[in-house]
This record gives sequence, structure tokens and C-alpha cells, in this order.
Amino acid sequence: MNLILDLARGMLRRRRRQTLVSVLGVALGVAFFIAIAGVMRGFQTYFVAQIIDVAPHITIKDETRDPPIQPAVLAAPEGAVAVRGVRPQDSIRGIRGAGEKLAALEAMPGVAAAPVLGGQALLRYGSRDVSATLLGLDPERHRRVSNIEKDMSAGRLEDLRSTANGIIIGEALARRLGVGMGDTISAISPAGVVLSMRVAGLFRTGIQSVDQGQGFVLLTVQQVLQNRPNTVNQILVRLSDVTEAEPLARRIEARFGNRTESWEEQNQNILTVFVIQNAIMYSVTGAILLVAAFGIYNIISTVVFEKTRDIAILKSLGFAEGDIQRLFLVQGLVVGVLGAALGCALGAAMIEGLAQVRFGVDTPAGQDRFVLSRDWRIYLIASGFAVVSSAVAALVPARRASRLDPVQVVRGAA
Amino acid sequence: MTPLLEARGMTRRLAAEGVTLVRDVNLSFGHGEFVAITGPSGSGKSSLLYLLGLLDRPTEGQVLLEGQDTVGLAPPAMAALRLRHLGFVFQFHFLLPEFTALENVLIPIRKLGALEGEAARTSAMALLEGLGLAPAASKLPEQLSGGMRQRVAIARALANNPVLVLADEPTGNLDTRNAAAVFDIFERMTQAEGRTVLVVTHDPDLAARATRRVHLVDGAVVSDTRR
Repeated sequence: MNLILDLARGMLRRRRRQTLVSVLGVALGVAFFIAIAGVMRGFQTYFVAQIIDVAPHITIKDETRDPPIQPAVLAAPEGAVAVRGVRPQDSIRGIRGAGEKLAALEAMPGVAAAPVLGGQALLRYGSRDVSATLLGLDPERHRRVSNIEKDMSAGRLEDLRSTANGIIIGEALARRLGVGMGDTISAISPAGVVLSMRVAGLFRTGIQSVDQGQGFVLLTVQQVLQNRPNTVNQILVRLSDVTEAEPLARRIEARFGNRTESWEEQNQNILTVFVIQNAIMYSVTGAILLVAAFGIYNIISTVVFEKTRDIAILKSLGFAEGDIQRLFLVQGLVVGVLGAALGCALGAAMIEGLAQVRFGVDTPAGQDRFVLSRDWRIYLIASGFAVVSSAVAALVPARRASRLDPVQVVRGAA
Repeated sequence: MTPLLEARGMTRRLAAEGVTLVRDVNLSFGHGEFVAITGPSGSGKSSLLYLLGLLDRPTEGQVLLEGQDTVGLAPPAMAALRLRHLGFVFQFHFLLPEFTALENVLIPIRKLGALEGEAARTSAMALLEGLGLAPAASKLPEQLSGGMRQRVAIARALANNPVLVLADEPTGNLDTRNAAAVFDIFERMTQAEGRTVLVVTHDPDLAARATRRVHLVDGAVVSDTRR
């Protein structure tokens, strides 16, 4: 095998410039793949991290996945009589037995849960009305399932307890209302209850819809406001291991019957976009590598063509077809491996270059640069693809070389 | 005693062209023979040599190397026989241009793998020295004269100490002096080293130096004379 390697090296060295071009072609493909994948993967990881950071990992809702079957239908499951115009059972909305469910959830290892009552309210200050979604929460428990405290620019979640009828609202919402810390606003619920509330805190998540339209109040206050005493309509769950979210959500739903959504389910649209994004990335960089592979095919073909006599003599000396095939396959592999190595270095350099770029915009999340992934697996995929495509590109001319009949060549030359 | 190489009823046709290159050849060669294969152009001299050298296969008949029929062998087995027992010299030297004279001689030695590292180099160097090529060892083929290149090619053919050396017009591109030198080498190989050498040549003076002369016309052996 050493002999084959030496022969391959000699042949490639002879065509130094062409070899260099082919190596560069592969290297560029690999480098672009690494850079693009780094940007995309980095963005996706950042995005997912943001989702996981802001939103609960699992949300248990006060509804079932399929609407409950009406008693009239249950009474005659396969009846010949169709019951029409049934007045739906008017059940009180909310998660039943929320207390026991919470206790059961918290008994699981690595699980934190918090009850929430969400509902709409109209916030009024002077002549300004802004509709907002108010979340009634339990500060101690909520801190364990949400990172909202991190985004608070004034006050703390705890202050809801110390302030009578305290409310925490988004900065954008405060601006729309024209209020600041300590101001008193009125909240009017669809149930018709009106409460005077004092702004006890402000937050800024960077997500417009949240900053403009969300507020937090104490769970008990919300229950009074919505006129839904002792009711909870959501249980938020946070896990120490995010990847467990989906299977755990399914188990919870099976056990409690409530519709339970993992963060993956809630953000399915975004995750689908990621799949498309990845497909685009792989096809673009794949195209670059494909072009590089054609370069390799070209150089190996040229070498085979020019080396016809050498192949003939090697065969007459006693090299078998397999040896000849390996000889040219190795040349393709050498180009592929060199290209992959150079490409990895180039890709790493490009990533570091991109890391220096500043967008110069003041985004709320404070992200003014590329979030880059430096995952070693990207390098592995790129290199693997480069080496494999080099081998495939070299295979065709290598097979042609191995089938060359030395007698034909020698006869033609003589 | 089994002959070194034997052809029995050997015929080679090119089906596509409808041409018979070699017809019904029966020859046998012992050890230490120096055989010149002669004949007019297109008489099938080279074709006969490739068949005897296991580079080509007859369409009919048998080729036996040390009593073993080779016609049914798979290509890798044929390649292995060539590597171990045969050496080829062609009209063109066919040295690999990227490698020095020494490296060219080392290729078959390394391929066979019987000798390794320093032993292989020593053996290759000895071959070059024996052919007066010691100063050329580290030179590339393009830096050598035509005669030297052909001698390097001979050294390469001898690399694995073959019992049989086959040469196809080895002096076709050489001047008289170099051609004579090549035949000197062949003579020494047969007489002193006991190898069998088959040389295709159309030079009657050189052919006269062989101990046996096989004359071909239209692919058939018309005379087989020993000196």
C-alpha cells in the first residue's frame, strides 16, 4: 500500500498546479459549508435557546385535544337516531384538580411547575385604553419556570406580593399607556370586574408582542378580576433536560387528559422553517462540493489519459487491476483529504472573520453580531462529504485505468 | 524435465477484426536459452511475445509456465506470475518519469514485497551497478541518455530475479553501440545467470548472437534453429 501511495504522490506532484486547483476547489466547498452551516446552526441554536429561555418547556392547558363527546351522543353510541341541536354542556373552564396535578408534577425529578390563570383585560390610564393579556401567577413558583425576572428593567416579581393589586407590564405597553413605575391604572375584565392596579414592575423581553401586550399580576388578583375563583387554566412546566419535553408532554397528556404542548409543538412552524433552511444550506454547499468533485474527476481523468503507458508498464510488471484502481482512487482521496483539511482551516478562519462583524443596531436582545456555531460535527460532515465525493469522482477514471489492456498500449506505442 | 515455458497449439485471433495474429504455435523453452524471434513486420512477433509473457491470452491452445497451464488463470493470478517470474523490456523504456532510476527499479521489488527497506535498495542498487548505471541511480529518466534509460528498464525487468526475460525490440531506439551493449547484457544473463531471454528483433546481426532463432511468417513458426 505504501508503494501505491508513493506512486500516487509522484503522479500528483507532477501535476502540481492542477492538483492545487482541485484541492482549492474542495477546500472552498468545505470552507463555505462550514461558514454557512456555522451561521445557520448558530442562529438556530440561538433562536431555540431564546424560545426555551422565554417560553415554558411544557404548557398544560384547560382543554382536551379533541372536543369532549356530548352526553347525548354517549348515551346512544351507535343509535339509529341522530341527535341534532344539542346544547353543549356548559362546564366551568379551567384545569380541574390543578392542585393535585401540580403536586404530581413537582414530584417528578427535574420538573418545576407553576399554575397560571391567563385572561384578557383592558388597561386604562386616563383616556388611553390598551388591551392586554394578563397572566395571574404565583411569584415563587413562577420564578422556577420562567426567566422573566431576568428581563425586568424595574421592580421584581416578588413585588407583586408586597404591592396591593400590583401589576408588572412590558415597557412598550407602559409607553403606550403613558405610565411609569408606581402609577395607578384601572384594569377591566370581560367579566366586568374593574380593579385599580399599581405598576410594580416593567420588563423588556425584546419580543414586541410580549412587551406591548402582556402583564403579570398575582394569581389571586387575576382570579378576582376574571371572576373565576380558585381557577387555573394553564400549568407551565420547566425541565432540567429540554430534550425530554416532547415525551414528557405526551405522558402528562395521557395521564391528566389535558391538552399538553411541548415547546417543540408550540413552535412547530419555526422548527419547520429550520428544516427548509437546512435543506437549502445542504443543497447550496453540496453544489459547491459537486463542482469540486467534477474538478477531481477531471484531473484524475487527465492523469489516467496521460499515464496510459505507465499504467501499461505497471500492469506488465505485475500490478493487478485492483492495484491500478487503488492507485488512482488514492489520488482522488489525497486531493479530497488535503482539500478537506485546508477547507476546515479556511472555514474556521471564515467563522472567526464573521465573528468580528458588528451590525451596529441596538436590538433589544443585545444581539448585534452573528451567533456562530463552532460545532465539530459541522467540520466532520463537511470533511466526510468532501472525501467521499472525491473518492466517487476518482472512481470512474480509476476503473477505466484498471481495465486498460497493456498489450493494446504497448502495441500502439511500438 | 519440464520445460520452463511451453506453448501448445497456441492461436490468437482478433474476433472483431477477423485477424489471426498467431496460429498454432508449438514451442518450448528451457533454462538459459537466448532466443531471438524474427520475422517481417506484421508477422506476429510481438503478439507471440505477449502471449508467452502472459500479458495476453490465446484464443486456443495452452501456455505452460514451469508445467502449469496459465490460460485459465484469473487476471490477478496472471499478474502475480508476471511479477514473480517474468521481466519485460519494451522498445520504449516506459520508465515512470516522476521517479529516479533507482525508484523505478524498486517498484517491482516493493510490489513483490520479498525484500524490504534497505535490503530492497541494496538489491536495486546492485542491479544498476551491474549494468554500469551506478552514477544514474538518483537521476530522473529525462536526465538520462536513451541507452541508459533502456538499461535502467532492463534493470527493472530483472528486479525480482525473473527466470524469463521478454524483450520486444529492445534496441529499436538505440544506436549500434548501445544495441550491442544491450545484447551483451542479454548474453551474460543467459550464460552466467541461467535466465531465459526471448528477444523480438528485426536486426539480423543481433539475432545472430542468439543461441536459438525462431522465425515467424504470418503468425506461424516457419523455422526454429539452434546454433
